[in-house]
Amino acid sequence: METVGIYVVPVSIILIIIFGIVKRVPLFEAFTSGAKEGISSTFAIAPSLIALITAVEMLRASGFFELLSSMLAPITDALGFPSEILPIALMRPVSGSGSFALLNDIFTNYSPDSFIGKVASVIAGSTETTFYAVAVYYGAVGIKKTGCTIPAALISDFAGVVLAPLSVRLFAP
Amino acid sequence: MLGYIWGGMIIVSFVCSLYTGKMEELSSAVLNGAGKAVELLISLLGIMALWSGLMKIADKGGITSILAKLFSPILRLLFPDYKKDSPALNAICANMAANLLGLGNAATPFGIAAMREMQKENKNPKKANKSMAMFVVLNTASIQLIPTTIAAMRSASGSNDPFDIIVAVWVVSVLSLIAGIAAAKIFELPSERLPSHLD
Repeated sequence: METVGIYVVPVSIILIIIFGIVKRVPLFEAFTSGAKEGISSTFAIAPSLIALITAVEMLRASGFFELLSSMLAPITDALGFPSEILPIALMRPVSGSGSFALLNDIFTNYSPDSFIGKVASVIAGSTETTFYAVAVYYGAVGIKKTGCTIPAALISDFAGVVLAPLSVRLFAP
Repeated sequence: MLGYIWGGMIIVSFVCSLYTGKMEELSSAVLNGAGKAVELLISLLGIMALWSGLMKIADKGGITSILAKLFSPILRLLFPDYKKDSPALNAICANMAANLLGLGNAATPFGIAAMREMQKENKNPKKANKSMAMFVVLNTASIQLIPTTIAAMRSASGSNDPFDIIVAVWVVSVLSLIAGIAAAKIFELPSERLPSHLD
């Protein structure tokens, strides 16, 4: 399995460059205009990231995460689910920046290569900001009655959270 | 909603500090938190710019429309109400292709176009129909081929192998997507399929 990860970056870059040459894309101009967009969209999340990372830092410092973990440990231990992951699992469907803030907190406290760091990475990488997508797409056509959309989407998110520890044990030990 | 969560986090941290006696730590967390956010952004900036630049090359070469054509047969199974090459199905395919490539900025306009096309044929324009629900559920599941942002954050925190989670991410993405599709299919049963059995 370790071989897949190291090939991803070089192979994708080579494929993109070859594809660009075959399709006669002006490589450098396209790259720089895309990079410019990447810089502005990264800066665009700065205000919400500052707000949420500050809040996460405050929660961490207050000892809230330890309290929550120890309170929920009997349940999460029985399920074989690391209780440290719970905050990010709850935040993921609500806010992209909020889950990045929590992910960054987990990385500084447990290292990204620890089991907890990997499970948090998989949860953050395999689900989307559910409520944002619902708001954007239904908002665009003025629909307020979303029917079964949110329950179905939350079932999908829940499946992702439950399967993440299992998947890390199997595919990223 | 996020406003309440954010406010709640700050209030809870204060109350919790009163209980645990960690007011001094809380106070320095306020001062450090904002700086940490900027540090994270700076460490992500390079890789995000690089990746966006590379994806722009792929995008200019027309990769989105190539992938959209490939997806069309699969997506027709999920959206049986729309014919091949209908504007709605084409927009849905383009949205899925852009999502797969991680082109969030491109995916949203295609997605809104798809919703508008679906709304044209919607019997009750105030209520979501089953195709719209399926489409939004697909968009709430992540089907991104390369989880760039997560890998960039792992790398910024000193991971030895930022991409070693990629197979685990793919597996969980696909399984949670299947769970979402199955849930959407099951939920549409009572409201839209049962009446046709009755008459």
